[in-house]
Amino acid sequence: FVNKLQYLARIDRARALTAQTAETDAIRFLVGTQSLKFDNQIHIIDFDDENNVINKSVLLHDAGEIWHISGSPADKAVLTTCYSKTSESRVLTCAAVWRMPPEWESGSHESPDDSSNNPQTLELLCHLDNTAHGSVACVLWEPMGDGKRVISLAENHMLLWDLQESSTKATISSSATLEGKGQLKFTAGKWSPHHNNTQLATANDTAIRGWDLRSMSQIYCIENAHGQLVRDLDFNPNKQYYLASCGDDCKVKFWDVRHINEPVKCLEEHSHWVWSVRYNHSHDQLLLTGSSDSRVILSNMVSISSEPFGHLVDDDELSDNEESQQEDKGKEPLQDSIIATYEEHEDSVYAVEWSAADPWLFASLSYDGRLVINRVPRALKYRILL
Amino acid sequence: MSSATTPPDSDPSQRRRVHSMLKHYYGLNEEGKVTEQAESLDPCDINGPHFDPEVYLNKLRMECSLGELMDHESCMVKQIRSLDSDMQTLVYENYNKFISATDTIRKMKNDFKKMEDEMDCLSANMAAITEFSAHISGTLQDQHAQITKLSGVHTLLRKLQFLFELPARLNKCLELQAYAQAVSAHRRARCVLQQYSHMPSFRGIQDDCHVIMEQLAQQLRQKFRDGGSSAKDLSECVELLLQLDEPAEELCDKFLSHAQSRFEADLQGLEAELKDSPVTDTGGGLVQKTNPGSNPVSPSSSSTTNPFLSPTAGTDILEFIDRGCNEFVSSLCLVIASYQELFINRPQEGELASKNIPEMANGKLHVFVDTLAARYFSLVERRIQEEKGVSDNSLLVRALDRFHRRLQAISKLLPGSAVPSQGTEIVVRAARERIKQYLSALQTFYHDSLTDVRQALAAPRQSAGGASVSGGGATSKDATPSLPELLTSLSNFILNQLKSVLASVHLFTAKDITFSNKPYFKGEFCSQGVREGLVVSFIKFICQSSRQYCESAGDRGGSTPPALLLLLSRLCLDYETSTISYILTLTDEQFLVQHHTPVTPVTALCAEAREAAQKLLNHYVKVQGLIISQMLRKSVETRDWVNTIEPRNVRAVMKRVVEDTTSIDVQVGLLYEEGVRKAHSSDSSKRTFSVYSSSRQQIRYAPSYTPSAPMDTNLLSNIHKLFSERIDIFSPVEFNKVSVLTGIIKISLKTFLECVRLRTFGRYGLQQIQVDCHYLQMYLWRFVSDENLVHFLLDEIVGSAAHRCLDPSPMEQSVIEVICERG
Repeated sequence: FVNKLQYLARIDRARALTAQTAETDAIRFLVGTQSLKFDNQIHIIDFDDENNVINKSVLLHDAGEIWHISGSPADKAVLTTCYSKTSESRVLTCAAVWRMPPEWESGSHESPDDSSNNPQTLELLCHLDNTAHGSVACVLWEPMGDGKRVISLAENHMLLWDLQESSTKATISSSATLEGKGQLKFTAGKWSPHHNNTQLATANDTAIRGWDLRSMSQIYCIENAHGQLVRDLDFNPNKQYYLASCGDDCKVKFWDVRHINEPVKCLEEHSHWVWSVRYNHSHDQLLLTGSSDSRVILSNMVSISSEPFGHLVDDDELSDNEESQQEDKGKEPLQDSIIATYEEHEDSVYAVEWSAADPWLFASLSYDGRLVINRVPRALKYRILL
Repeated sequence: MSSATTPPDSDPSQRRRVHSMLKHYYGLNEEGKVTEQAESLDPCDINGPHFDPEVYLNKLRMECSLGELMDHESCMVKQIRSLDSDMQTLVYENYNKFISATDTIRKMKNDFKKMEDEMDCLSANMAAITEFSAHISGTLQDQHAQITKLSGVHTLLRKLQFLFELPARLNKCLELQAYAQAVSAHRRARCVLQQYSHMPSFRGIQDDCHVIMEQLAQQLRQKFRDGGSSAKDLSECVELLLQLDEPAEELCDKFLSHAQSRFEADLQGLEAELKDSPVTDTGGGLVQKTNPGSNPVSPSSSSTTNPFLSPTAGTDILEFIDRGCNEFVSSLCLVIASYQELFINRPQEGELASKNIPEMANGKLHVFVDTLAARYFSLVERRIQEEKGVSDNSLLVRALDRFHRRLQAISKLLPGSAVPSQGTEIVVRAARERIKQYLSALQTFYHDSLTDVRQALAAPRQSAGGASVSGGGATSKDATPSLPELLTSLSNFILNQLKSVLASVHLFTAKDITFSNKPYFKGEFCSQGVREGLVVSFIKFICQSSRQYCESAGDRGGSTPPALLLLLSRLCLDYETSTISYILTLTDEQFLVQHHTPVTPVTALCAEAREAAQKLLNHYVKVQGLIISQMLRKSVETRDWVNTIEPRNVRAVMKRVVEDTTSIDVQVGLLYEEGVRKAHSSDSSKRTFSVYSSSRQQIRYAPSYTPSAPMDTNLLSNIHKLFSERIDIFSPVEFNKVSVLTGIIKISLKTFLECVRLRTFGRYGLQQIQVDCHYLQMYLWRFVSDENLVHFLLDEIVGSAAHRCLDPSPMEQSVIEVICERG
């Protein structure tokens, strides 16, 4: 089964995974470990597409266990982490901007297993000081921006930071606070790549809210978007009003934020909470979800994608295709379907991520530290391309 | 010849023989042709025609002796002699006869001469008589002509007298109202008067008659116009008027318009009954809606009867139809009959025949009847539509039957009329409407029953909120009905209601109902109407509304009580296993359904019911799992696990979890069978301790963790996972208690696990989790199908907690046990 190559990498307990956003040549993922007792690390997973080899480099992250990690879209060496810090019997999750030391690439990846010898340390650029606002849930970079603006979600606060002086200084440019009954707390957020980067969507409890960053005010609110907690969000990269969300009700829902009463579509394929949902960056019909039922599901949501729906593949091109099965399918428009369910994980999958460099490649990370890299099935890839 | 040897003394026989021989000789033979032929061939036969004396003689000479020849010769001689004498006798006899004949002829000659003279005398006498007669008639001729003339004059005079007396007579008739006589008298005189109208005297008479007859016609018309006159009078009137050359068309119109006015009154009477109906209608609607439902156990007492009350304030439909039949239809029949008598079936005579009255009259009648019937039908239809309440179907059926039956009379009277078929249409429409009403009544009933059940379920929760905590599920049985009772009562109510509805609908096809043999009621009504439209639709409705409970209440898990989900699930399952096929068989038997059109098969319905049952049960598991999950999640999320104190007790929330699980177990056990569980050791609760035994914990939490060797720490749990099957948390459950409970516990523990992984623990936090998990272990294993599942999940929870612990020093197993047993 050539088109479903998968590569395993073992890390320790980990939740945080991101693709290196600014890297467009190498297929590279960053994983942050979670350990309370030992120095935490950032694992840099490089996938060599030609040789099918995984190279792993390790950078020390001695500030604390990493809950969230995010790479700068402008500078591939810069990244943010959310890490928990224990002080005076109090656990607080902080956020900081880091720079990878320039020599990491030459240094450690030749002997990945021996990374304990002399792991290099991340260089701290600045803290996103949040002592006044409580634990940070996540940090979001401005999509396709110049790496100067980030948003952090801390408890019920939303803070927009300006990074200055090569990201060594962070100042809050504006902020908003979610008011309401009870203890409100942001669980997830996503900066919309549309509308000139002026919109943000956040999740708290069962609601999804949209924000306008210019006025820092709420523009829409989908109450009870999910039956239970909303775990993750993602914007459709090609359709500006479309948004996917997932949560503890095992569902993945698709929203048109102009019509928030009903979801456009709803998937119920997972058998436990869905922790992560990601649109493919270039082909928005491809959707990746990771769940604590230890499964990763790749779905093909043609009907709500930006691709022309039901476009027929030419027969001539199909006849070149080796697989006759595809020929039959190609004659009728593609239906929304599950492309594949990946069951390599044995523990809850908390993060899934598409590669920034290769749109047909994705990684998933489970709690037991297993990172699996998979490809979109080749047959499907050709059908989308041709 | 043999007789030659016999002596000819025997007289009669011999004589006959001689006669016959003579006859023979003269060619008179009528017998013995065969013998003659046989004999003829023999030349030695002495009697045969081919007798050859030479041959005969030679033969005798050769064959016989001398003595014999002598004998033969003497015999021959004797015969010849006797023949001679016979001959002589015959000749003599004939001669005598000839002599006497000659005498007779001579005597006749004399007699005829005498008779000729007498005839001559007679003819002379006859000629004399003829002459005299001619003479007499010539003398009488004149007088006869005179008499004839006189008698002619007499007749003429009598006629004239009749004519002269006619005006007076007509007047008298007019006075006496003997119109018939007057008309017949006038008719007789009319032609004569017409003919001689150029003479002044006759003209006067004619004018007088005209005036009188005009008067008479006026009176007749008046009478005709008057409402009061009876049908017989009317027909007489019409007849007379026709004879008076009144135009038939006008008469028809008048007759019909006269009848129309009477029907108008009838129809208005009927409409008046309709007028007050809107009031009763809303009243009926209100009655239907009210649903006290005070007694949850017996919804029949309240809600069964209520939707089936009919608007009783107005006259009921039977009365209405009766009135319509008796007044309108019967008088319509009467009018049709008398009209036909008058205008159509009357013998055509004279010039009337040429006008082709029947055809014209028939056309008029059809138009008339059609318009009236259309109005009547619209009234009836309005009335039928008012029959919203489905109280007593027999009343409606009887009404429709009567309605239909009475219309048959019209079809007999008016063979070509569309009225009866329109009537049948109305009946069919009414039947269709009724089925729809029954379906909606059943649906209302089902909803009401469910509301009652819901209330019954809600009641104990409010009154005995504490009971469920202490008594665990088996809530006070005396006060409220248990789930199985509710289930049986609910399903019985539904079934009974369905049966009674079927019985009501069945009335439409009863044998004594006239319209039951119409093709619609034989075929489509049974299969498409009752089976598909009523029974199948209702079953589908049950499944559908059950599924809606899963969807509408789904996300927040709030509105539908879980017990109701469980109960509905069991109800649907029962339907799948038995009830559906029972109901359909019952229907098919009752209605002898012949399926001309494809119908929904039982299997499809069963599959639908099973799907609904499965969905409901899955949803039940989800809802119950969610309730427990929320408790666990809150308890993990809201606590500060780093700074907690040393555990002394099992946390209250764990006890609550076990209690709730127990009560769910009881609840499910009431409706579902136990189910299969994997064999487990008797000391299950003990066995699990080893999982957390300190030696193993030591391995797990030993400071062996190095970044270079991350595998070791997870080795154990990974190996465990390798060999255990993947656990699907929100997976479909089977229809038994163990499976349901397993589902709920899986959901709860998985939530617990995920929540623990998001927290950071201090030393005592970990120990508290250890205690809690041990407590859960002690109680939860018994509910699930595979206790290893509970072991695995709890193990995972403690493992995760240990990993998330800042200072992982686990509690001694013995201390855990003491704490758990104390709590």
